[in-house]
Amino acid sequence: MKILVPIKRVIDYNVRVRVKADSSGVELANIKMSVNPFDEIAIEEAVRLKESGKATEIIAVTIGPDKAQEQLRTAMAIGADRGILVKTDAPIDLGGVEPLAVARTLKALVEREKPDLVIMGKQSIDDDSGQTGQMLAALLGWPQGTFASKLEVNDGKVTVTREVDGGLETLTLTLPALITTDLRLNEPRYAKLPDIMKAKKKELEITDPSALGVDYTPRLQVLKVSTPPERKGGGRVSSVDELIDKLKNEAKVI
Amino acid sequence: MPVYSAPLDDIRFVLHDVLGAESLSALPGYEEFSADLADQILEEGSKICAEVLFSLNQSGDQEGCVLENGDGLTSVRTPAGFKTAYDTFRDGGWCGIACDPAYGGMGMPHVINTAMKEMICSANMSFGMYPGLSYGAFEAIHKFGDEALKTIYLPKLAEGVWSGTMCLTEPQCGTDLGLIKTRAVPQDDGSYAVTGTKIFISAGEHDLTENIIHLVLARLPDAPEGVKGISLFIVPKFLPDDMSRNAVVCGAIEHKMGIKASSTCVINLDEAKGWLIGEPHKGLRAMFAMMNDARLGVAMQGLGIAEVAYQNGLAYAKERLQMRALDGAKFPDKPADPIIVHPDVRRMILISKGFTEGARALSYWIGMELDISLKHPDADTRQAADDIVALMTPILKAYQTDMGSEVANLTVQIYGGHGYIQEHGVEQYVRDARIAQIYEGANGIQALDLVGRKMPQGYGRLLRRFFHPVQRFIEENGEDEALQDLVFPLARAFSKLQQSTAMIAQKGLKDPVEAGAASSDYLRQFALVALAWMWCRMGRVAQERISAGQGDKAFYEAKLKTARFFMQRMLPEADSRFKMAMAGAESLMSLSAEEF
Ligand SMILES: Cc1cc2nc3c(=O)[nH]c(=O)nc-3n(C[C@H](O)[C@H](O)[C@H](O)COP(=O)(O)OP(=O)(O)OC[C@H]3O[C@@H](n4cnc5c(N)ncnc54)[C@H](O)[C@@H]3O)c2cc1C
Repeated sequence: MKILVPIKRVIDYNVRVRVKADSSGVELANIKMSVNPFDEIAIEEAVRLKESGKATEIIAVTIGPDKAQEQLRTAMAIGADRGILVKTDAPIDLGGVEPLAVARTLKALVEREKPDLVIMGKQSIDDDSGQTGQMLAALLGWPQGTFASKLEVNDGKVTVTREVDGGLETLTLTLPALITTDLRLNEPRYAKLPDIMKAKKKELEITDPSALGVDYTPRLQVLKVSTPPERKGGGRVSSVDELIDKLKNEAKVI
Repeated sequence: MPVYSAPLDDIRFVLHDVLGAESLSALPGYEEFSADLADQILEEGSKICAEVLFSLNQSGDQEGCVLENGDGLTSVRTPAGFKTAYDTFRDGGWCGIACDPAYGGMGMPHVINTAMKEMICSANMSFGMYPGLSYGAFEAIHKFGDEALKTIYLPKLAEGVWSGTMCLTEPQCGTDLGLIKTRAVPQDDGSYAVTGTKIFISAGEHDLTENIIHLVLARLPDAPEGVKGISLFIVPKFLPDDMSRNAVVCGAIEHKMGIKASSTCVINLDEAKGWLIGEPHKGLRAMFAMMNDARLGVAMQGLGIAEVAYQNGLAYAKERLQMRALDGAKFPDKPADPIIVHPDVRRMILISKGFTEGARALSYWIGMELDISLKHPDADTRQAADDIVALMTPILKAYQTDMGSEVANLTVQIYGGHGYIQEHGVEQYVRDARIAQIYEGANGIQALDLVGRKMPQGYGRLLRRFFHPVQRFIEENGEDEALQDLVFPLARAFSKLQQSTAMIAQKGLKDPVEAGAASSDYLRQFALVALAWMWCRMGRVAQERISAGQGDKAFYEAKLKTARFFMQRMLPEADSRFKMAMAGAESLMSLSAEEF
């Protein structure tokens, strides 16, 4: 079984994001970038499937600038067998390479690589669109299991436990299928030194959108990006009764 | 709770922009090394440091190590979480990062190991002791052991399933190793029976590894008196052939000021089975090979603590609101201004910054010279690099550990009373940093090494290895308008260093007391000039990048500003040290013991 894992280069989750002075987006220059945390979980899951003998090959894919090779190397250090960079200098964001464009790119690669399973993050922590996985599944006409917190592959089927609002839902999908990962699926490992060194020798293909026949012209226009209004300090209540009273009469939510 | 994030931007600046460390890939054995690989390794390494090791630093200090009495044999329990953290560290291959690949190591350049050590010490200095000593043992066995010993011990040490110690100190002998009493008696099977008591042995007993390999200094029966009669032995806790227990036992552990999660043990050897490493009576030479590495490692402890202390002092100074700026409120909407507006607080933060960033460049440069000294195909180039490392080792060890303590203390000062109490975790840095000034040769001994051994070596050859490039730098950049305020102070301080060097060389040759009396001040003066040179080099690169419009302008501008601060407010200390060094021994030696 072949697994394709799309990953994204995003601002590191430790960085305090700042909006650009002209409100056109967020400050990206000289900011620490990392693999999107949900995508790390996707890589980890794919590597575990390979280690348990269920998968034979893992391909990490990213769309981004030349520097995104670093994130592919990270994926390969954790266990991806090879990497593909679809190179573009457009921001991978609303008003740049949008979720649908990403999904189309991935569709082209899926058709070329013919994986049995695509595992990807449920959303990226930069623009938080949370759409790409669903769009890709629809474009491919594949079954999808989103927000996975548990995954089992057996006899051409994948059983997914999903985190939904009311609790957990379990689905069985027939391969090929698409999974998006939630936080509790696994805890990604630290890359090992020998694997980091080996990753340097793994194959990394660089291609571009036109070679895959996709067009990145944005369909959305970003009018303004601003920081959320500062939260006002909360108050303390002295009893449950007071809390209920406030919820009823002040907030009017119950 | 203190914070730490690895200063990867500054590390990359030093490695790539200032030192061009990727040039090491031209050396045999480092062909695979590249800037990308360095970045990737340090990035992943920093995650383990900041996430795994750092989170155990405070709890490790509070819990400390505990001596347990099991089945008649004592054992030491490290603080909660240390074993799991060690397993993660070891499984990641980090123990053997700079070890020879022929024996299971990763064979990465020392300059990368140097950066890794800095991050480990910032995150958890106590933890760093365990793999640090193993690496020292690896190097000593690698250099002086015979092939049979190497095959048995090196792969296990590189992998980190066994750990190492160095057993020099005894109750009656600390600095003066000539007083060692531990005895080694040859046995029929070629091994030795080693008997004696060692004290203060770091990592002497613990629960992190399957075996502990002690490198023990002891005397053979026919040994001459003093340091010329010391031999080096390898004494494993468990004998490698059948893993049976050897007669080497931890008698007690010390309760101490800092690095509480690192065990400091009394080690009793009772006819323990050992094997000779290197030649009889030449043990000190072998141990010194290990100690030179270890001294650079201790220098990184000074830098590592300074870095984490600096980060916390800075963060606190931006947050803590007290009083208004002298020239009027900077944040009128707040009840008071953050203390970073006050000149004296800025002074403390900038001294911390000026030291850590300067010392980072200095340490990594020496890490790189160490690589060249080991791997360069040309013998003269190797020798030149070896000379630089030998000369700078005592300077780095003493200066960086003195400053590690200084910066930790400045951080407590920035925190005020909140630094003195335990809650914020910065007083721990003062306690942890303190030992680095003492072990691996107390700092006074480093100063003696500099003036007594390194200075006269090869009729000043080692000194010239430093003086010539500095001279050249001054000549090449002295005309550069943009660098005037950096190169000029360097040139002045450098000429004074040449003066005090000449004085000590002359007077010291006649009267060693004169050299001894000048040594500590001279070492500090030397260190400040070395740091000034580093700041000039960093300033030059920053200036070039700004002129070319490359990279992060704000980063480079901050570099230039910090360089100027160093020249104006830290380098002048070299003048007073110069005066003290030149004052001679008379006033220091004239009081009789009764007159004190
Ligand atoms: C936490 C800890 C861990 C340690 N780990 C180890 C270890 O793993 N292995 C090991 O073998 N040892 C270890 N040591 C021992 C340490 O290396 C010694 O404490 C150190 O070498 C100094 O020896 P001493 O304490 O006997 O001091 P002394 O030798 O008594 O020195 C006292 C003072 O006199 C000064 N002095 C002595 N001689 C001279 C001189 N000729 N000129 C100028 N000044 C001089 C010294 O600089 C020092 O300031 C450790 C110690 C501690 C506290």
